[in-house]
Amino acid sequence: MSREVASSTTVAEYDNRTAFAEELVELARTDERIVAVCNDSVGSSNLGAFKSEFPDRLINVGIAEQNMVGVGAGLASAGYIPFVCAAGPFLTGRALEQVKADVAYSQHNVILCGMSPGMAYGELGPTHHSVEDLSWLRALPGLDIVVPADRHQTRLAVRQAVENPRPTYIRVGRFKVPDVSSDSSGLERGTFQTVRDGSDVTLIGTGTTVSRALEAADALAESGLSVRVLNAAYLAPLDIDAITAAAGQTRAIVTAEEANVAGGLGAAVASVVSQLPAGSRPPVRILGLSEFAPTGNTAWLLDHFGLTAAHIRDAAEDALSDG
Amino acid sequence: MLTTDTRQVEQWRELTSAVAGADAVERDALLTDRAKATRREIIKMIDKAGQGHIGGDLSVTDILTVLYNAVLRIDPATPDLEGRDRFILSKGHCAAALYVTLASAGYFPASALSTFMDADSALNGHPNRNKVPGVETNTGPLGHGLPVAVGQALAAKLAGNGARVFAVMGDGEMQEGSNWEALMTAAHYGLDNLTAIVDRNRLQQGARTEDTSSLDPLDEKLLAFGFELRSVDGHDYDQLLGAFAPSSTGKPVAVIANTIKGKGVSFIEDRVEWHHKVPSAEQVALAMEELA
Repeated sequence: MSREVASSTTVAEYDNRTAFAEELVELARTDERIVAVCNDSVGSSNLGAFKSEFPDRLINVGIAEQNMVGVGAGLASAGYIPFVCAAGPFLTGRALEQVKADVAYSQHNVILCGMSPGMAYGELGPTHHSVEDLSWLRALPGLDIVVPADRHQTRLAVRQAVENPRPTYIRVGRFKVPDVSSDSSGLERGTFQTVRDGSDVTLIGTGTTVSRALEAADALAESGLSVRVLNAAYLAPLDIDAITAAAGQTRAIVTAEEANVAGGLGAAVASVVSQLPAGSRPPVRILGLSEFAPTGNTAWLLDHFGLTAAHIRDAAEDALSDG
Repeated sequence: MLTTDTRQVEQWRELTSAVAGADAVERDALLTDRAKATRREIIKMIDKAGQGHIGGDLSVTDILTVLYNAVLRIDPATPDLEGRDRFILSKGHCAAALYVTLASAGYFPASALSTFMDADSALNGHPNRNKVPGVETNTGPLGHGLPVAVGQALAAKLAGNGARVFAVMGDGEMQEGSNWEALMTAAHYGLDNLTAIVDRNRLQQGARTEDTSSLDPLDEKLLAFGFELRSVDGHDYDQLLGAFAPSSTGKPVAVIANTIKGKGVSFIEDRVEWHHKVPSAEQVALAMEELA
């Protein structure tokens, strides 16, 4: 994977699904309420080990996503903690009404796990890209949306879902990402994590774009800028305070998401900023998709759609010159 | 959230124990009285609200009456009782029939029924579990109830608590593909604690089911999907009680309840325009006479 803004050290990168699967199995050993529901995705959802150890608690409904989410709601209504796993586009798109009516509106504590989201399925094309999920699901009241940026946050998201089950969507990435947090840095519901503090410009990433925002921050720092980097680990509930603080304390905001910009992270941030008093509304640049992707692998697509560290850096400079 | 009507729960307990101890003739008389009262209340609610799905409410009434007074292992005083039997009204537009049934079991005071579809009422036009005790999941869009029921039946199997799960679908609703996904899963997992009931009144919103997207041979389809099939008169208490008996084959049970849309009111029966038409004052009076 090429990086236009090189990071100073080579870092190991991880498939978040590994952390997801390991944490789920570990927790399931002591909590019999945990069940997994999937759509013929034992392999792609990384549920092989779960199936081996808990065959009765792995429910594979076959290629039937609407039914899959309903089954999850039924299990949750009877006290189980179902992790409903499927490739993101089909879990959220095909079963969107089930997510709305059976999970969010019914307040059944289903943990929806959108596997391989964003453009992780690069060359397979837009049918297999889960880039609308954030827009669709943000419209549903009562549904938490968690986008772990790395393996540590993925584990924490799973743990929190078991400790305090509530209707939740977890975006479990397969595109390898470096660590941007540690196991002890936590994951607090409804908050953006401050990965780095700064006073000139705020970069907000989510999932795969957080490490890129950090790289962009390194490059901007070389130009003498003080850069704040926020990790939008939760998109719902939305961290209005962090956005308000960024708007008041820095001169520009750049958001970057591996998702469609219509209704996603950038739209959420812009919506908060637009309601602030005059003088507290810095320029906002929103990086993301606005059309269906051409053919290409994930790294190429991230470059194509302006989601590399270099693009984030450029957007920040552009916004600052506008401010 | 509405709360339990303890006095009404006592009356419900007396009725269910009388039904359980009665011979067939007495039992039918008790259930007939209950169903007639339910139908009268449905008409009153729809009259006051100025809207509602009167045809489907009246076709499903006898099914609900039998389930809630002679079949389900529930305690309306403890709506969240662990290991209880579950009922899901997948055809959620027939909420009025469910609300009257739940109120008559004491899940909430009958006085709330007069608020049906009023501003800020708990009684929405489609059931909401967060506001109405006894409602197990929110329904309304079609094709949702059976998958949730399958999940509940799986949960009962995992817990080994012997709970049974019943879901009622409209026959028009069986045109939704999610139902057939759920039927496959139920059969695959051998959910003999699940009873999928089709309220087969042969009418949907716009026309007869067989003129819209035909369902027949529905019995053969359900058999082919791996269900134990019971096809009954959906207004005959003896037949319904037989249809709701536990599975005898280890398979999930499908009940085709052959019903008449608008059952009990002559000018509404089997007429497509009464899917959600509201009766005039004269028609309300006439309906009350017929249901007296």
